[in-house]
Amino acid sequence: MKIATARLQALDLSGAWRLHEFIKQAHAAGVEVAFEGSPPDQLRLVDQTLRGESPPCSQLTRPIPLNPIEELEAPALRSLEFLGRHSVLYARDLVRDLAFLGRMSVTAARGLTSTRRLRPISIARHVYDTGITAIPIVSLIAFLISVIIAYMSAQQLRNFGAVVFVVDLVTIGVLRELGVLLTSIIVAGRSGSAFAAEIGSMKLNEEVDALYATGVDPFEVLVLPRILGLVIALPLLTIIADIIGLAGGALLCRFLLDMPLTQYITRAQDAITATTFWVGVMKAPVFATLIAMAGCYRGMQVRDSSRELGRLTTLAVVQAIFLVIFADALFAILFLELRI
Amino acid sequence: MIYPILEVIGLVNRFGTQLVHDGLNMEVHEDEVFGIVGGSGTGKSVLLRSILGLQRPRAGIIRIGGRDITRMSAGQLFGVKARYGVSFQQGALYSALTVRENVELPMIEHVDMQPAARSELAMLKIRLAGLPADAAEKYPSQLSGGMIKRAALARALALDPKLLFLDEPTSGLDPISAAEFDELILYLQKQLRLTVIMITHDLDTIFRTCNRVGVIVDRHMEVDTLEGIVNNPHPWIQAYFHGERARERLLAGLPSPGTHGT
Repeated sequence: MKIATARLQALDLSGAWRLHEFIKQAHAAGVEVAFEGSPPDQLRLVDQTLRGESPPCSQLTRPIPLNPIEELEAPALRSLEFLGRHSVLYARDLVRDLAFLGRMSVTAARGLTSTRRLRPISIARHVYDTGITAIPIVSLIAFLISVIIAYMSAQQLRNFGAVVFVVDLVTIGVLRELGVLLTSIIVAGRSGSAFAAEIGSMKLNEEVDALYATGVDPFEVLVLPRILGLVIALPLLTIIADIIGLAGGALLCRFLLDMPLTQYITRAQDAITATTFWVGVMKAPVFATLIAMAGCYRGMQVRDSSRELGRLTTLAVVQAIFLVIFADALFAILFLELRI
Repeated sequence: MIYPILEVIGLVNRFGTQLVHDGLNMEVHEDEVFGIVGGSGTGKSVLLRSILGLQRPRAGIIRIGGRDITRMSAGQLFGVKARYGVSFQQGALYSALTVRENVELPMIEHVDMQPAARSELAMLKIRLAGLPADAAEKYPSQLSGGMIKRAALARALALDPKLLFLDEPTSGLDPISAAEFDELILYLQKQLRLTVIMITHDLDTIFRTCNRVGVIVDRHMEVDTLEGIVNNPHPWIQAYFHGERARERLLAGLPSPGTHGT
């Protein structure tokens, strides 16, 4: 076999490597390869590199650590200046919030057009990190909360001889509100902070810049999978919390109030309907979006110093919890108006 | 009209009231090693970020391969980005991925290849950057500073770019490692016919590798050959090239920067 190189105009390293592999395969198959004209220089380079003869090197040594630069404290501002400055800052923040929301929507819309852009493997990882690993703590808290409600309400209701209504309180309370709310707050603390810290430290390392420079959209690889992962994980966690909460209530009624299990179940079936369950669970994806967006958004704002990372991680958690409770209040009003 | 491989015309960058660049011009030709020098805070990194399209300048034209990137959409810029490689100051390796995966990532995004072939090609790039084969499966946190620089260089070479940007390639390295890294850059520049643009503070690196140097002073750039810039009358440039450290260099005789290109 002969390879003609006379009309070869350009050959990059990847091309040369392909040629190198091809010749190697040919040799392995017992085919003689000869060049018509001179073999390209790049081929020699590939050959030398793979044989470890080039590049000329090397004794590698440790880096010199660089001293971190202390941040200077801003001087105290007079109250008027303070007011003006903060008004401007908040207004600018609001614009940035909107910009983030817009960016996110565009990325999400683009992500829905192809599964490759959706990054399913990445999503699965986040479902695992935010969902599966949270099951023990979520279960424990759901159990304890249902025990607390049952115990406290039993004490009060006993005065009226209406102990059986403990079941109503526990089941409706857990399914409609407490299951999803407490799960969301735990997840905001666990995963909202993790999102902010992960993305924030990537920003500090210039990793996000490196993504931009290679033409990869960080929103697509970092933000969207986290949001979608949590949107999948949180409803599932809520369902687990609901089940554990109901079981906890049953356990307490059985052993503390001497209520037979069959009575608990009959009473619970009277108290709740399918909508009671769905009202709770359908809030979960909304809360998940709020938590993930707060975490990712604050993470993306991190720059320059690790102190900033801490501040924004804290802010992410605080805002996530606030947004969850605020949204829950809106849901409560909405459901009241809808008479659900 | 034939454009230079990189051309910056009338670049203006401003942050609040702080004017960083005011009408900065530079031109980089094929097969040369171009050094960017400037005092701290003169906007070397801002210039690099503008050229890489990480931030839009207030005014000015930046042409890469004859196309103005300041007026490009994100989609058009994606195509341009595949044509140059960047090595960041701290390496900016993705800490969650191994060195090999780091090198493969640009290939995954830009080239359709078989995974097995892709990882072998990535190994070639890693070897080419002077890293031992066992470094490929290590994570960035397990590497020394010199190895991080080399891994970052390997990633910058992932897509066979013609244009290579290096931000402080030898900062944080001891003089011997720095000298080896300079050798490596010169070697790769010659072998792969790269055009290299580097930001550096290291006088040794400048004298060893650069053909031409641009110094950022007074918000614009003084560009000259290495011999020319040393004799530039601007006080900062005089202070920089004729300071304590530089004098030893000059006394030793100005070395001719290696033969570049073909």
